Amino acid sequence: MSSSFKIRQIRIAYLFLLPAIIVFTLGLVVPLINTFELSFNRLSMGSRWSDRDYVGLDNYERMIEDDHVRSSVGVTLRFAAIVLVAELVIGMGLALLLEKPIKGAAVFRTIFILPLMVSPVAVGLIWRYLLDGRIGLINHYLGQIGIPAQTWLGDPNLAFFSIVITDIWQWTPFIFIILLAGLQALPAEVLEASRIDGANWWQMTFLIKVPMLRSILLVTVLMRLIDVFRALEVIFIMTFGGPGRSTQVMSLHIYKTAFTSQTLGYASTIAVVLMFIMLVLSLFLLLFSNPLKERADF
Amino acid sequence: MNSIKGLNRSTVLQYAVLIFLALIALGPIIVMFLTSFKTQVDIMSSESMWVFQPTFDNYTHVFENKFDLFLRNSIIVSLASTLLSLLVAGMAAYALSRLEFPGRSPIAYFTLIIRMVPPAVLAIPIFILWLNWELFLFDLIDATPFLYEMENPDPYLFAESLVDGRIGLTLFYTALNLPFAIWLLIGFLRQIPTEIEEAAIVDGCSQWQVFTRIIFPLMRPGLAVAAIFTFRISWNEFLLALVLTDRNTRTLPVGITLFLTEQGVQWGRIMAMGTLIVIPPLVLTFVAARQIIAGMTAGAVKG
Repeated sequence: MSSSFKIRQIRIAYLFLLPAIIVFTLGLVVPLINTFELSFNRLSMGSRWSDRDYVGLDNYERMIEDDHVRSSVGVTLRFAAIVLVAELVIGMGLALLLEKPIKGAAVFRTIFILPLMVSPVAVGLIWRYLLDGRIGLINHYLGQIGIPAQTWLGDPNLAFFSIVITDIWQWTPFIFIILLAGLQALPAEVLEASRIDGANWWQMTFLIKVPMLRSILLVTVLMRLIDVFRALEVIFIMTFGGPGRSTQVMSLHIYKTAFTSQTLGYASTIAVVLMFIMLVLSLFLLLFSNPLKERADF
Repeated sequence: MNSIKGLNRSTVLQYAVLIFLALIALGPIIVMFLTSFKTQVDIMSSESMWVFQPTFDNYTHVFENKFDLFLRNSIIVSLASTLLSLLVAGMAAYALSRLEFPGRSPIAYFTLIIRMVPPAVLAIPIFILWLNWELFLFDLIDATPFLYEMENPDPYLFAESLVDGRIGLTLFYTALNLPFAIWLLIGFLRQIPTEIEEAAIVDGCSQWQVFTRIIFPLMRPGLAVAAIFTFRISWNEFLLALVLTDRNTRTLPVGITLFLTEQGVQWGRIMAMGTLIVIPPLVLTFVAARQIIAGMTAGAVKG
C-alpha cells in the first residue's frame, strides 16, 4: 500500500518534469552529444550527418598545434582580464560612492540597466557607428580637443581597446547593481560597531565592507567570466574578429571555423574544449554560490 | 551647521555623479535614436551632429523592406518560447521543490550546470540537425511512392513547413532559458507556505489541480520576472537565429544586419531599425525595473 503510493508519487513527479526533460534532451543534450561525436570526425558544410568521416584524434592533434586556436584563447583571456578588472574597479567605486540611499535612486537604477536590455546586435552597431573612423562621434569630439582621428576598428590594438570599452559600457552597470545590493544588505550592526570603534572611511571600506562582500565579488566575477566566454555577438558585429585576429575570441573563432571555413568537425573539437572550460567555471560557481544548498536535502 | 553643509555637498556630488553616469549609459542609445532621423548627408557631415532637419525616410525604407515579416517572426518566436518556458519551468520547479522522488538532486544540479552552454557551441550541431531533419523528411517522401506522386497538397512543401527555423528557434530558446526560469521559480516557491497545498490535497485535489489552481497563480510574481528575462533573450538573440533562419523566417536582429552591405553601411536605416528593435526591451525596463534588478541580483546576493 505505502510502496504503491510512493511509486505513484514518483510517477507524478516525473510527469511534471517530463516536458522539461524533453526540451532539454532535444534542445541541449542531443546537440551536445552530436558536437562531442563530431569532434572525432570530418564533416564539411552541407553534407549529410551520415557522410561524416571518422578521423580519430586528428582534430585534437591539429588543434594542439593550431596557432589560431591558441591566439583566440589568448585574446579571450586578455579580454576577460581587462574588462573584469575595469568593471570591478569602476563598479565597486560607484557602488561605494552611491551606497547612501538617495531620492530618485530608482530612476537612475532603471537608466543604468538599459545597456543590459538593449540587443547585443544593436549595441555592436551603435558602437561601430560611434567609433567609425570618418563619421563617428568619438573622433569628432577627440578632434575638438586636438586629438587626431583614429581608425578605431581598423588597427589591431585600437580594435581590441574598442571592444573593451564597449563591454565596459554594457556590463559595468550589472556589476554596480549587484555590488550596490550587496553593500546595502550588509548587517548594520557590524558597520555601526566599527564606526563606534572609530574606524575611518578607508578602514570601513577596505577592512570591513570589501572583505564582507568577498563571496558576492567572487560570484560576480565567475558569472561575468562565463559571459565573456559565451558572448560573441557584439564583437561579431563590431569587428568580426579582425583586424587580423586581434579581437577573435574563442566562441567567435568556433563560429568562423564552422561557418566561414566550413569545417564543422574541427569546429566541434574547439567547441568541446570551450564546453570543458565552461564546465570548470560553472562547477566553481556552484561551489561558491549554490542556490540549492539552502535546502539541506538537495 | 557644518555637518548639514557637508551632507548637502556630498548629496550634490552624488547627484552629479549619477547624472554623469546616466548620460554615459543613455548617450549611445540617444545617438542611435537621433541618427535614425538623419539623412545620409547629415550623417556624413560633422556640422549636423545635434541640429538637423529630421526625416522619416529611414523608417519608411525599413518598413518597405520586410520589416513586418521580421517583426512577425520575432514576435512568434519570442512569445512562443516565453510561454513554453513559463509552463515547462513552472511544472519542473513545482516537482523539484515540492515532490519527493529519486533523481531529484541530480536533475536539479544538471539544470544549474547546463545553462552555461555557449550559443556558438550549440550553433554547429543545431545547423547540422536542422539540415538533416529536412533531408530525412525529403528522403522519406522520395521513398514512399504514394507521397512521391502526390501533388496536391504537395508533401515537399509540408516537409519544408516542418523544418521552419522558427520552430527550431522556439525549441532552442526554451531550452536555453529553462534553467534560469526553473531556478528562479524554485526560489519563489520556497517563499510560498505549503499549508494551502496540503489542505487542498486533503480536500481531494489532484497534484495537477494543486499546480494549476493554487501554485501557478501564486507563482505569478516569479513568472513575471522569468517572462521578462526569457522574452529579452529570445527577442535579442542573434547567432542561432542567423544559423537557423532563411529569408522568410528571419528575426529582427538578423534582419538588421542586412543593411551592413558590401557597398557600405546604411547607417540611417540601421539606426531606424535598431530603434524599433530596442523599443520592447526599453519599455519592459521602464515598466518592470524592480523585477529585472531582483532577477539579476538573485544569483549573487542572497536576500
